[in-house]
Amino acid sequence: MKFAILVNEGPYTHQASDSAYQFAKAALAKGHELFRVFFYHDGVNNASRLTVPPQDDRHIVNRWSALAQEHGIDLVVCIAAAQRRGMLDENEMKRQGKDANNIAPGFRISGLGQLVEAGIQADRLVTFGD
Amino acid sequence: MLHIVNKSPTERNSLDSCLRLATDGSAVLLIEDAVYAATRGNPGSTKLQAAMGRLKFYALEPDLKARGVAARVMDGVTLVDYGGFVDLVAEHRNCQSWL
Repeated sequence: MKFAILVNEGPYTHQASDSAYQFAKAALAKGHELFRVFFYHDGVNNASRLTVPPQDDRHIVNRWSALAQEHGIDLVVCIAAAQRRGMLDENEMKRQGKDANNIAPGFRISGLGQLVEAGIQADRLVTFGD
Repeated sequence: MLHIVNKSPTERNSLDSCLRLATDGSAVLLIEDAVYAATRGNPGSTKLQAAMGRLKFYALEPDLKARGVAARVMDGVTLVDYGGFVDLVAEHRNCQSWL
C-alpha cells in the first residue's frame, strides 16, 4: 500500500516528528511504499542541517535524511512555512539575497501542491502534529 | 474509519470530540499523551468504557511504556506497536488525526 505522511511540528518540541518517523520505519519494514513525507508549519524545522543535539540524544534531522537516502523517500518542505522560519535551500538563498542556506540532505523545498498530490496519489495520508 | 487521538483527556477535549463524532463500528487509536485515557483510574477511562460497545479501542504500547503506565491499561483496549499502527491505518479506508 502507498502511504504519505504529514508532519506539522518541529523536532524536540513535540512527539509528532518522532511518531511520524517510527510510523514511516514500520511501514517500510512491512513492505509498504512511502510516497512522500510533507513538512508543514513548524514541521519545516525538521529539515535544518544545522541542528546539533547532544550526542546521547537521537538526531531527528539526520534520521530523516538517512531514511531518504536508504529508501529514496521524497521529503518535501513547504516553501511558505520555510521562508517564514528562515529555512532556505541554495536556490532560495540566492533568490532572497541571503548569505546562507540550511536544508539538510534528502529534503527539498516546494509548495503545498505537493501535499495535495500526496493526498491524491497515496492510499493513506497520516497526519502527525500537536 | 480509524480515529487517531494524541492528547491526554485532562489536557484537551479532543478525545471527547472524537467519541462524540465517531460513528458506530469505528476504531480509535490512542497515541502519545492520549494513552493516559486507557489507564485505570484516569477520567478518560470512564469515557472509553461507556463507548466500548460501539467503538474498538487501541493504544500504542511504546507510548504507554515511555510514560511508565503500560501495567495500568484497562480491559478492552488492544495494545499495538508501530507495526500494528501501520496495519490499522491500512485496514481502514481512511484515518483522522484529532490534533
